[in-house]
Amino acid sequence: MFENLQEKLTRAFKSISGKGRISEKNIKDAVRQVKLSLLEADVNFKVVKEFIKDVQEKALGEDVLSSFTPDQQFIKIVRDELIRVLGEKSVPLSLSSKPAKIMMVGLQGSGKTTTSAKLAARFKKEGKKVLLVAADVYRPAAIDQLIQLGKQIDVPVFVGDRQHPLKIVTKAMEEAIKNIVDVVIFDTAGRLHIDEKMMDELKKIAGQLDPDEILMVVDAMTGQDAVNSAKSFNEALELTGFVVTKLDGDARGGVILSIRHVTGKPVKFIGISEKIDGLEPFYPDRVVGRILGMGDVLSLIDKIQQNIDMEKAKKLEEKFAKNKFDLEDFLEQLRQIKKMGSIGDLMEMIPGAPKEVDLSSGEKNLKRTEAIISSMTKEERKNPKMINYSRKLRIAKGSGTNLTEVNRVLKSYDQMKSMMKALNSKKSKFSKLFKGLPF
Amino acid sequence: MGIFSKMKLGLKKTRESIFKQVRKLLKFKKLDEETLEEIEELLITSDMGVETASDVIEQLKEKSGDYDSPIEALKDILNDLLKMNHTEPIVENPPLVISVVGVNGTGKTTTIGKLSKLFVEQGNRVVLAACDTFRAAAVEQLRLWSERMGADFISQGQGADPAAVAFDAVSHAKSKSKDIVIIDTAGRLHTKHNLMEELKKIHRVVKKVIPEAPHEVLLVIDATTGQNGLVQAKKFMDAVEITGIVLTKLDGTAKGGIVFAIVKELGIPVKYIGVGEAIDDLKPFDAAEFVEALLGTEELEENEV
Ligand SMILES: Nc1nc2c(ncn2[C@@H]2O[C@H](COP(=O)(O)OP(=O)(O)OP(=O)(O)O)[C@@H](O)[C@H]2O)c(=O)[nH]1
Ligand SMILES: [Mg+2]
Repeated sequence: MFENLQEKLTRAFKSISGKGRISEKNIKDAVRQVKLSLLEADVNFKVVKEFIKDVQEKALGEDVLSSFTPDQQFIKIVRDELIRVLGEKSVPLSLSSKPAKIMMVGLQGSGKTTTSAKLAARFKKEGKKVLLVAADVYRPAAIDQLIQLGKQIDVPVFVGDRQHPLKIVTKAMEEAIKNIVDVVIFDTAGRLHIDEKMMDELKKIAGQLDPDEILMVVDAMTGQDAVNSAKSFNEALELTGFVVTKLDGDARGGVILSIRHVTGKPVKFIGISEKIDGLEPFYPDRVVGRILGMGDVLSLIDKIQQNIDMEKAKKLEEKFAKNKFDLEDFLEQLRQIKKMGSIGDLMEMIPGAPKEVDLSSGEKNLKRTEAIISSMTKEERKNPKMINYSRKLRIAKGSGTNLTEVNRVLKSYDQMKSMMKALNSKKSKFSKLFKGLPF
Repeated sequence: MGIFSKMKLGLKKTRESIFKQVRKLLKFKKLDEETLEEIEELLITSDMGVETASDVIEQLKEKSGDYDSPIEALKDILNDLLKMNHTEPIVENPPLVISVVGVNGTGKTTTIGKLSKLFVEQGNRVVLAACDTFRAAAVEQLRLWSERMGADFISQGQGADPAAVAFDAVSHAKSKSKDIVIIDTAGRLHTKHNLMEELKKIHRVVKKVIPEAPHEVLLVIDATTGQNGLVQAKKFMDAVEITGIVLTKLDGTAKGGIVFAIVKELGIPVKYIGVGEAIDDLKPFDAAEFVEALLGTEELEENEV
């Protein structure tokens, strides 16, 4: 079914010409397609609905870039939004206490014990002293499982009286302090989120330990119910994050979006093999394609995007070389920058770049800036120097702004122009950094 | 209370939050677009999948007129989707060999513990084969179950060749006239070619002792599984001859709707359901009861009709 839809959509793309603005009507197909695809990926139904509604609201009225169809542009916005929602960067563990305490929780069979050992192996590799604690006294051979894994990676495993989880974790902490351990990892028994007695036990353990991290381990193959279990665990324990396991399979992993959406907590690691080294930090941009599906459409979008960016960059570069950077280029520049993130951040990364330039207002007021520049005549845009008081008045009126605003745009333009000049003259130093950037 | 009492208890919370609406909706005689859409949403939320859910809706549109109440129609439709003639394992020429397979963490070993209880209680002499030689302490876990059940336990320790263990177990059962052998295999993702080959090899080797074996191959699927469950079933079916599904962890809030898609698409019957962690928490599957529990309709009948 999935392939069929994709084909249909690709055909639909070809028949629509990419002009105008995104409207509810011209992205109907894409919205449907995205919804279905997310459901197929096991994103929870309610989450899909809310997510799509948000994205749609954001996208409506946006200009459709030439070369894109409205459908394509919408899917691109969906992808960007998915990355944003999942968190743009990978979130590291925050281990401040000494010894640091990590508690692993989750449903039966999700991968807690394996992940505990994987984490321990990671810390050990970093040169840290680690202690594993076997607090699953219920499942047959659960303690042995951890002991064996501990042996494999040469990390001690604390088992205590093998009967009372609360006593075991308390004694384990004494042991950890005595031996000056850096990180203690507590493997708890798998349990259902509706099992009040067992959830209570976890609350007590967490209360006793005050862990730096409480990580819920979630199976990548989980379906619609993930929102219920994640929510309950989060409400009971205030999770600090998730580990999503078994991503080495072919599950689409929509659960990642679901749990993030309902708890707001980040996925910190993913499990990608049964083996001890099969654990990786989570990078949202690497899974969005998998969750969203629509591989062909996405790579098509990337290709188009690359072309747009490259063409624009080349044109701008030429203009700089000839010192012909006009207000229209300036606007284009702002648009590109907005896509890439703040120019302030960009400047920070470039050693010796002028720091005083204030372009933030230009970025923030992109919409107004656009209005102002489009109220100018062609001549004025090409040659901003000709803009005098009476022209400014006309422009302000035409764009529904005031003279201060018009001046602000002109000033930002001047600043950028001189900054570009400065960068151009230091070409040897900066040219490498700027390769691929749109100026 | 019926045999589902445990499952009913587990399903109760979600059932109330989610299917209360269905019941409310279906009390109306007329099924308008909006109502149908809402029912479809609710079916999708059970992990049935978009395709199966829309199929159910289409049928509901067609058939509801023939019933006094739409919910009766819905029940019948869901029932028909799941209903398949199947037999429970019968020991004709002992030993009967049952192989238990599935992806990681679905509850294979626990299910085997429960199955052996069932069989031992029926008076069978059971042998457990520790063919999960990969996961740490999996052998030990099965050994503990065999002790509890008074079943024979055949193992060559961790890291051994699982096919060799299976061969051992089946040979042992044959020579000692045991009734049933249950093979515990390692959890494996259906995407891993070499592991699926390993599974085939286990079955090939068993055939050397008893050509018709394994007589039963049970695929264990976790009720929390989403759409990947269908892919799992397909891939396992391609590799070995799956004869039935065991749907585990139904005591949680997950509804296991993926079995509708599996039965419909692949024609594999569901044979057992797991409704708890205790040794008695394995029940033969009954489609009608499953649908009742899913929809929570028995209350409707008790209180509202
Ligand atoms: N392929 C794959 N298998 C995994 C991964 N993580 C865990 N597993 C497997 O999943 C199964 C269950 O893992 P465990 O670590 O025992 O899970 P658990 O949550 O501790 O289980 P209980 O303690 O029984 O609740 C085992 O077969 C593991 O080898 C992973 O990232 N990829
Ligand atoms: Mg465990």
